Amino acid sequence: MTTDVAVEMITVVIDGFEVTVPKGTLIIRAAEKLGIQIPRFCDHPLLAPAGACRQCLVDVEINGRAFPKPQASCTIPVEPNMIVKTQLTSAVAEKAQKGIMELLLINHPLDCPVCDKGGECPLQNQAMSTGRSETRFTGVKRTFEKPVNISSQVLLDRERCVLCARCTRFSEQIAGDPFITLNERGALQQVGIYEKDPFNSYFSGNTVQICPVGALTGASYRFRARPFDLVSTPSACEHCASGCALRTDVRRGKTLRRLAGDDASVNEEWNCDKGRWAFKYLSSKERVTNPLVRDEDGELREASWPEAIARAAAGLSGKRAGVLVGGRSTVEDAYGYSKFARVALETNDIDFRARPHTDEEAEFIASTVINLKTTYSDIDKADHVVLVHFEPEDESPIVFLRVYKQVRKRNLSVTTVAPFASRGSEKLGAKVVQSFDQVSDLTEKSIILVGERAAETPGLLSSISSHTTAKVAWIPRRSGERGAIEAGALGNLLPGGRPVGDASARVDIQSAWGVQSLPTELGRSTSQILTALNSEDGLEAIVIGGVDPSDISSDALGQLLNTFVVSLEISHSAVTAIADVVLPVSAVTEKTGTFLDWEGRPRNFDQAIEGTLTRSDVRILSMIADEMKKPISLPSVTAAAKEIASLGKWDGAKAQKPSAPSSKLSASGNQAILTSWRQLIDLGSLQAGEENLAGTARPTVAVISSQRASSLGVSNGDSIRISTERGSITLPAHIAAISEDSIWIPRNSQGSQAIAALGAAYGVLVTVVKA
Amino acid sequence: MSKLKPVLSAHWDDADSFTLEGYRRTGGYKAATKALDMEPDAVIQLIKDSGLRGRGGAGFPTGMKWGFIPQNDGKEHYLVVNADESEPGTCKDMPLLMANPHSLVEGIIIASYAIRANYAFIYLRGEVVHVYRRVQQAIEDAYAAGLLGKNIGGKGFDLELVLHAGAGAYICGEETALLDSLEGFRGQPRLRPPFPAIAGLYARPTVVNNVESIASVPAIVANGVEWFQAMGTEKSKGFTLYSLSGHVKNPGQFEAPLGITLRELLEMAGGMREGHSLKFWTPGGSSTPMFTQEHLDVPLDYEGVGAAGSMLGTKALQIFDETTCVVRAVLRWTEFYKHESCGKCTPCREGTWWLVQALKELEAGRGTSDDLDKLLDIVDNIAGRSFCALADGAASPIVSSMKYFREEYQHHLDIGGCPFDPVASTLFAGDLAGGRA
Amino acid sequence: MAYSTENLSTMDTIIARYPRKRSAIMPLLHLVQAIDGYVTAEGIEVIAQKLELETAEVTAVSTFYTQYKSEPVGEYHVGVCINTLCAVMGGDEIYKSVSDHLGIGNDEVTKDGKVSLERIECNAACDFAPVVMVNWEFFDNQTPQSVKDLVDGARNGNPPAPTRGPKTLRTWKQNSAVLAGISDGLAGEGVSAGEPSKLGLRLSKEGK
Repeated sequence: MTTDVAVEMITVVIDGFEVTVPKGTLIIRAAEKLGIQIPRFCDHPLLAPAGACRQCLVDVEINGRAFPKPQASCTIPVEPNMIVKTQLTSAVAEKAQKGIMELLLINHPLDCPVCDKGGECPLQNQAMSTGRSETRFTGVKRTFEKPVNISSQVLLDRERCVLCARCTRFSEQIAGDPFITLNERGALQQVGIYEKDPFNSYFSGNTVQICPVGALTGASYRFRARPFDLVSTPSACEHCASGCALRTDVRRGKTLRRLAGDDASVNEEWNCDKGRWAFKYLSSKERVTNPLVRDEDGELREASWPEAIARAAAGLSGKRAGVLVGGRSTVEDAYGYSKFARVALETNDIDFRARPHTDEEAEFIASTVINLKTTYSDIDKADHVVLVHFEPEDESPIVFLRVYKQVRKRNLSVTTVAPFASRGSEKLGAKVVQSFDQVSDLTEKSIILVGERAAETPGLLSSISSHTTAKVAWIPRRSGERGAIEAGALGNLLPGGRPVGDASARVDIQSAWGVQSLPTELGRSTSQILTALNSEDGLEAIVIGGVDPSDISSDALGQLLNTFVVSLEISHSAVTAIADVVLPVSAVTEKTGTFLDWEGRPRNFDQAIEGTLTRSDVRILSMIADEMKKPISLPSVTAAAKEIASLGKWDGAKAQKPSAPSSKLSASGNQAILTSWRQLIDLGSLQAGEENLAGTARPTVAVISSQRASSLGVSNGDSIRISTERGSITLPAHIAAISEDSIWIPRNSQGSQAIAALGAAYGVLVTVVKA
Repeated sequence: MSKLKPVLSAHWDDADSFTLEGYRRTGGYKAATKALDMEPDAVIQLIKDSGLRGRGGAGFPTGMKWGFIPQNDGKEHYLVVNADESEPGTCKDMPLLMANPHSLVEGIIIASYAIRANYAFIYLRGEVVHVYRRVQQAIEDAYAAGLLGKNIGGKGFDLELVLHAGAGAYICGEETALLDSLEGFRGQPRLRPPFPAIAGLYARPTVVNNVESIASVPAIVANGVEWFQAMGTEKSKGFTLYSLSGHVKNPGQFEAPLGITLRELLEMAGGMREGHSLKFWTPGGSSTPMFTQEHLDVPLDYEGVGAAGSMLGTKALQIFDETTCVVRAVLRWTEFYKHESCGKCTPCREGTWWLVQALKELEAGRGTSDDLDKLLDIVDNIAGRSFCALADGAASPIVSSMKYFREEYQHHLDIGGCPFDPVASTLFAGDLAGGRA
Repeated sequence: MAYSTENLSTMDTIIARYPRKRSAIMPLLHLVQAIDGYVTAEGIEVIAQKLELETAEVTAVSTFYTQYKSEPVGEYHVGVCINTLCAVMGGDEIYKSVSDHLGIGNDEVTKDGKVSLERIECNAACDFAPVVMVNWEFFDNQTPQSVKDLVDGARNGNPPAPTRGPKTLRTWKQNSAVLAGISDGLAGEGVSAGEPSKLGLRLSKEGK
């Protein structure tokens, strides 16, 4: 990384020590560089300075002229010839800080023994270092009714609050969701919501994390644990491709909470509420804990690992079989599937896309995605961000925060190719255009962020693929997709971006794997594999890992019924119910591994829970391959990681770019073109069991234009029915600036499961009537 | 010859002083015409030369404030008039606006022209409906007469003037809190820098001036620098409104050159109410440390009051006689600061909460001499530690009363209660001697 | 109760006064009090919608300022100044006597909805102490008896006129409209200045 402009450096003296820092650095942070910790509450490096708590008062002198009063070191940038005396060298600063601490505590309940924050509380810690042992306050403390549910997942105990405004500033400055505010004033000032509108921000959990006292707590963690009983493990988020660093806190083998980890170049210090709170699935009663095999009378029964592995191997040996890998595999696991398909099953019939997909997209991935180098820091420098069928707030929330940061900071211009302006787009002040060819003002500093739904518009990825001015990034929704590409879990790609169709690429891999040959025929896609399972000379068996067929199509499950199915799963599902062999695999907290975020940046994580009976997919696949006498020799995640690293990246000829024609539907009368996407908080399987989180989902509505509303005779909130030949959905109408011939519905929300109900989620004509 | 110098108040006894006709009859809007014929910088220089200092309390030179506005920066500039008069004891701007709103409108025209602002606001406290009516009518009449709006007086200067009602928040008298309030936020003070002259209203260069400061401008423009300089003292030039209230025979407004003393003003007010003597007084509102008998001859200008250990402030002279319990008076002011603390910073929010409780105990005679020291130590942890000056104001009555009347505090503790009869301080208690007609 | 088209267009007129529409939040809140008597949920929601703010942001502003009421007040809202100077000069006695007389305390309303009571801070009329404000009109130099008479008059539909203000005391809602910038045409009524305001001028004319 290089910076464009040399940063001016300034030297100041703090407590007698010189420190040189970039111009603009606040005193409090310059002191940190010297290891001098000035106590603070309202200060947060990612929020605009407030100067509200006054805990960080220090004595300051510039050019020999001393400020008459101690100054808040969190608000004053260093200047040349500045001399700072903190509590360590100034009696005035020390008394000022002690005085503030005393004032902060007079109305604090000192209920640390029952407070979730106790043991990790900045107020508690700093009261120990800066406070007095006995209070001088003998009066009446401020009390409030407690706690207040400011949303289904966040609770507020106002009497604990020190009014640092970190939470309200976060909500406004970082998330763009000023749903919580400081209300009332003076000694009665308090954090609050408008009584009818709860704190349903996708990012609300961050306020719990940055609260320097126990005023904000998460409903799921409240009263569950003491911090000192928890074992923390750095981890990475499995929910999307944003790549958040997380911290997983476990007590006696159970995950109790997850926090945003610090990674300045990715998620800074934030994460979304799904990443924070959707982890109940890990300890769900639906977890598969033992291998299962289908016995002679057609029932699944528990089996030993050797029996189950043998059954799987026997069922696959000598069969024409395909592989479907879910979008949440680690790179190592995806690599296991990729190698298993090529070596053990001798096929390229493998696809990681458990979602709508096209051949055009596969070509786009092989030719373009594999070479993309766009990163978060490019967003920071961009002159224009274009969102193409990509809703960052719903589909990659940290990307949203990063773009929003620049919108706030320097009014970054944003264009979105979308049917209408979502709430996220409104916050970004995005200009809405209906198609990519309407996007203008692109320079080499512009960035085109392409979502996975771009595949749903024929020809779109072809034109993006041939775009040459702006930088492009492809941002899939799921955490494993970018890694699966690198692992070659696609019909036209071998590991490291090597095209299947390229003989020298195959030779690379052949020699690395020590096999005589690799299949040369391009592999089938997910939907083609499913179709082939039911054709005469098609496929006879399938290995399927972490795939929900209803994400693919309403027919997918049925297509699996008459074939030999080996299912690698963490929880019982529609697939395990019909599988012939079910092999339990470890979930993300139970193993080590790596995700690649949308940038292609590795996100390594460690095992947070030890001693589980399950194992990683790659190890199980290796066992099956051994049993089939076609070994893939990947006995562990580490072995897989090493082998991937040793393969390196393909530097030969690039694959052919797609050139698919575009096509457009047209609708008239009460017909509409269906559009949809998945909202962040919806019926996604990894959110199962987390009711508090589910309570903050956005309302399920159908978006229609005002013209359609008036022709239907409906207004906001009136029910409308959307139907296809397969079925219908009835939703409240929401009138917005959407093109007249379109309708939008949530793809997988309560009451609006498009694929299951309508047989499609996009690009088909639906009939819309007043319900 | 009278020691008084009515300028702003010169025609308040005219029944129509608040109308455009009434104002014009006495020379109104001639200064604006004169100023619009000058170069804007010359107007700024004129005000600088006059030595006019802010009448809202801080006494910052008005012309210098105007001069801080960056010129030719291509940005909108704003003039905002602080008419949020709420400092306890302060009662000059409201009668001024009720009786003579056009002097402010004319001052706004001149000041806006000087700083190249085409949009000006009057932020008027909301609890004075009739003052709002008068100012609003004055603005409407000025628009109708071509004194506001496009191409004022045919001189090519455009000015929009908006009257904005506050809604009950003393802190909005603090200029950055006022700006936040005017922008539609909670009226809490902003971090400085940036100062309003660089990034004020809507982050644009902005001058915030008190009503009396701006209303004084037309007279200076009309009569010239020498006329103004001839009044007042060396560093405190000109005339100003002194407001006498409390236990004096005849309270009221006294417009006089800066530097007059309380002894002189008291004399004009007919002295203390019959049979009573002066105990303590504030020179410029409750936030200015109190004075006693010994300060009767302090010249009431910026330097004189400062040298005597207080501040000229708003020249709100609240006079209390010997029937008044100083602990009660200070407690009540402290309750005011608690009520008006915006809540943003710890020392003010929590400190005023504590001080009220501490003073209530003392007033009730509970505690020891150590509690008096503790009181001063709490104040020491609040004053000079807060985000803005409100908490410093809260500290003033306590510190100054302890300085002059510590034995009275102690007496409460010694006898276990308040030795004063509150009824004796009222004006109507059984028609006590000295009650006004 | 939904706001009338006229209400909504008045809001647009108020918003148009300002270079940036968020600045209109305070007059709009005054207007809501002119329509509803206090800051209602509907008022907050309509303002949020008009100004493109979150309802929480409007709540944050409305609860900061004491003139915005979250509960209904009386048709005549009586504020007794209890800041130091007025309190000492008789404000405390006035407050106690009128509170006893009405049987209501601070921030309470009489059962008939006619009169509400508030302990108010300094209202910039100290030379007229003790001061009482009714619907934010000046009632100067008050006594316990004068304020009892005042509230009795108000409850009987016959309140006295303000000392310095219009000839007839207007209601809480009517005066709230004035603060929203909706002129009632009464600026010309009432004195230019009260006697204490003119004291210095008179003395000066007398050469004193």
